[in-house]
Amino acid sequence: MENVSFPLLSAITFIPLLGVVILLFINRQSHEALRWAALVTMLVDFVVSLVAYAHFDSTSAAMQLIENRPWVRDWGISYKMGIDGISLFLVLLTTLLGPLTILASWKDIQHRVKEFLVCLLFLQVGMIGVFVALDLFLFYVFWEIMLIPMYLLIGVWGNPARKLYAAIKFVLYTIVGSLLMLVAILALYFIAGKGTGVYTFDLLKLYEFPFPLQAQFWMFLAFFLAFAIKVPMFPFHTWLPDAHTEAPTVGSVVLAAVLLKMGTYGFIRYAIPLFPNAAMDAAWWVCLLAVIGIIYGAWVAMVQDDVKRLVAFSSVSHLGFVMLGMFALTVQGLEGSIIQMINHGLSTGALFLIVGMIYERRHTRMIAEFGGLSKVMPLFAVFFMIFTLSSVGLPGLNGFIGEFLILLGAFKVYPVYAIISASGVIFAAVYMLWMFQRVMFGVITNPKNRVLEDMSPREVLVLMPLLVFVVWIGVYPNTFLKPMEPSVKNFIQQVERKKAAVLNVENAKKRSAVDTGGFSVTALNTESKSER
Amino acid sequence: MIPVPEINLGGILPAVILCLAGLVVMLAGLVVRKGIVTVSAVISIAGVLLAVMANSPLRVLNKTAFSGLIILDAYSWFFNILILLAAGLTILFSVRYFTDEGLPLYEYFVLLLFSSAGMMFMISGNHILTIFIGLETLSISIYVLAGILPGSPKSREAALKYLLLGGFSSGIFLYGAALLYGAAGSLSLPALAKFLQTGPVGKMAMAGMGLLLVGFAFKVAAVPFHMWTPDVYEGAPSPLTGFMSVGVKAAAFAAFVRVFFEAMMPLQINWVHILWVLAVLTMVLGNLAALVQDNIKRMLAYSSIAHAGYILMGMVAANEAGTSGVLYYLLAYTFTNLGAFGIVAIVGNKGEANVQLDDYRGLAKAHPLLALLMSIFLFSLAGIPPTAGFVGKFTIFAAAINAGYIWLVVIGVLTSAASVFYYFRVVMKMYMEVPEAAPAKLQFGAAMALGLTIAVVGVMYIGIFPTTYLNLAVESVKPLF
Repeated sequence: MENVSFPLLSAITFIPLLGVVILLFINRQSHEALRWAALVTMLVDFVVSLVAYAHFDSTSAAMQLIENRPWVRDWGISYKMGIDGISLFLVLLTTLLGPLTILASWKDIQHRVKEFLVCLLFLQVGMIGVFVALDLFLFYVFWEIMLIPMYLLIGVWGNPARKLYAAIKFVLYTIVGSLLMLVAILALYFIAGKGTGVYTFDLLKLYEFPFPLQAQFWMFLAFFLAFAIKVPMFPFHTWLPDAHTEAPTVGSVVLAAVLLKMGTYGFIRYAIPLFPNAAMDAAWWVCLLAVIGIIYGAWVAMVQDDVKRLVAFSSVSHLGFVMLGMFALTVQGLEGSIIQMINHGLSTGALFLIVGMIYERRHTRMIAEFGGLSKVMPLFAVFFMIFTLSSVGLPGLNGFIGEFLILLGAFKVYPVYAIISASGVIFAAVYMLWMFQRVMFGVITNPKNRVLEDMSPREVLVLMPLLVFVVWIGVYPNTFLKPMEPSVKNFIQQVERKKAAVLNVENAKKRSAVDTGGFSVTALNTESKSER
Repeated sequence: MIPVPEINLGGILPAVILCLAGLVVMLAGLVVRKGIVTVSAVISIAGVLLAVMANSPLRVLNKTAFSGLIILDAYSWFFNILILLAAGLTILFSVRYFTDEGLPLYEYFVLLLFSSAGMMFMISGNHILTIFIGLETLSISIYVLAGILPGSPKSREAALKYLLLGGFSSGIFLYGAALLYGAAGSLSLPALAKFLQTGPVGKMAMAGMGLLLVGFAFKVAAVPFHMWTPDVYEGAPSPLTGFMSVGVKAAAFAAFVRVFFEAMMPLQINWVHILWVLAVLTMVLGNLAALVQDNIKRMLAYSSIAHAGYILMGMVAANEAGTSGVLYYLLAYTFTNLGAFGIVAIVGNKGEANVQLDDYRGLAKAHPLLALLMSIFLFSLAGIPPTAGFVGKFTIFAAAINAGYIWLVVIGVLTSAASVFYYFRVVMKMYMEVPEAAPAKLQFGAAMALGLTIAVVGVMYIGIFPTTYLNLAVESVKPLF
């Protein structure tokens, strides 16, 4: 792997920002020019990310394309970026969706176009930044930056009735979690600093430090809260249906496809490898919450009469699978979990786009308003069907691969959970297909539906790339599994190794406490923990 | 003839320059009839710039002057810069305000300069009495400034309230000083430190310390000594409110930190718990009360109370990192809060007609740039990266965690999560709501534009590239440790 002198990852992250600067110089009235500028920016960004993909060595488990510059030297804060097999596809997913979101909003957004595009571009910066950051401070900055554009997207262009409520709810939920995470970040910075004598926010160096068990517990709890809210896991999911339903189509797409992945990615990149003992102790509970999320999300989705809300609750269910696979902490489970993150981004993103398309035509999303659409919109029906099936997990499409691997991985560790979760797949089929049937099949009862136009070429162009990947992952997942495999294996080993290292340290401490006849509270604590 | 050492004059030169500039403005007020506001502002700005230059030698000094009454060190240097920055920005923001209102009040600028001079004495005071005299100079100027708007009952109420409560707190401060003098026999900070280190500390000294603490807590508006803040901030002219929330607070914290870290360190075990409680009360009450305000000035008043709580947290940490955090935080806060009050002054328009939160509805549509700037200032106040406010909170939280005050920080972050609600509420009004009536045409002159530019560049620049300024803060607290 040659050394890339050009800072590719910085380029991918900040090209959208360049787009913002360009947009500032375009007259706010010329909507077309603004849209084209944003689209080209996003496309360039995507192309650059493909260049990064081409430079990516898929046989290596190491962090690649690393950039490292000191930022605040005295604090050990650096501007450090890098990707491995785990983050690679999340970055690609984000850059792929970039141009699609601009295209999808071409007709939908007609007021404050400039601000809208600026928000989308800013959001892109934050999201890519989260996936490539390898410094806790840098990560936190990107993590928080993305709040503001999303807040504005929901609050300005959302559904007038309840957008303000949904926007502030989204912000408050996220910020409570992330501020507590900030406390944990600072705590681990000082604990590791005092332990090694080197104060740093560099993630790769912090990976090496065996945090004491009790500290791990509290810090994991704080990270867990921040990420679980973002994912969102049951019972922290209540902001999600509101945010999704009130956000404009593109807002929902980005939210579902990428933003939620920031939470699951956070678990893989931060919470689990930094605090492996606490994570493994908590795995049972996290998986329980995941299973509850799978079933609960599916059941609630079943009774929704609003298509968008239905898709939103299906997200809760699907992300339950992601969490289950991840916390099984097996190679298959984790691979399935990562694949499922991509899948959910593609399928649910596409479904939100599809809901947006019928909403643009009818200005309603109530299932009861529709019926028999397949007769007037045959092309639309095909796309809708494929994405519905992909979301359900039909073999041959992407969803199947992810769910299969997850259940396989989870079954080894938690057979009962895996069995219960498998029923979630069936429920998914029930709510998705039932919804599809009510919307697309049958006779046209509502005369308004008779005159609906089929998909325009632009709309086909938006969905086509997603369709390609949905089939690609479903038919030949190795393209995607191969590059992530070394990283995933390495991840599992690293977690195991670090867990053992921490236990060694703790045992040594305990022994020395016993040897000296010393009686200390910490010794008691470690004892009760390590017995588990 | 008693030789006057050169260094002494050099040390207080910035304050002397400010006073001289004030006198020149006064003279100009007698001569110039038209455009007196602009003339006074120009003279004042010139004075501030000269003072900045005169201040620069202090950075490398560490000497006392005037028989140990004044101390010249990097710490004074940093805070002097801060005060001059606040004064300069306030002057820029005030020009349009007074020309708009048609008030030829050159006295405003005179008092502003005098109060800044008072702050500088307070900052470099090495003796409780110097600090007290600085405090009084600044306070009396501010009492008058708060009530300077003729025909405004609110302004008068503000002045009277501030005068009464301020006088009361000065009395408490002085009583504390007297008790300390009774115990230690001296009020110079090094002598006090020596006394508290060596001798048995009696009840009298403890009571003196407690009363001093109350006096300072009043000036920095810490709960429960904050009662005056919302009313005074609401009634005073908007640019001045910004100055009070930044300048007075910075000067009070400067003296607070110096007295308690230089002289009272032996009693740390006693005062650190009091400060802990004060910090929690201040953060919680300030943020909760700000949630329910409908008037933006009152909201920012409670927010400034809350920020005093965060700064107190830095003092509780009681280490070098915490104290330098206090300095950095105040620098960030200066840019941010003054910027916010600048916008409040613009949107307030003639006679401060638009100071309700609802008056910000639709601002983004009518004045996109103003709304953007206001949002940046609000995000910085809320501590969202990559603004200065975030780095400020980060440094303070870090110091407190390092000192082991995890729960204090947890309370701090939870209250700051609550604060996001009211800061974002203004953003919401600006971007997401529609005004009932057509918004008034707002305009601001070149001075205002310059001031806002400085503020926003400051907020972003020291937020993204904080290294230099963090180092400056660390360097500046060295003399205390």
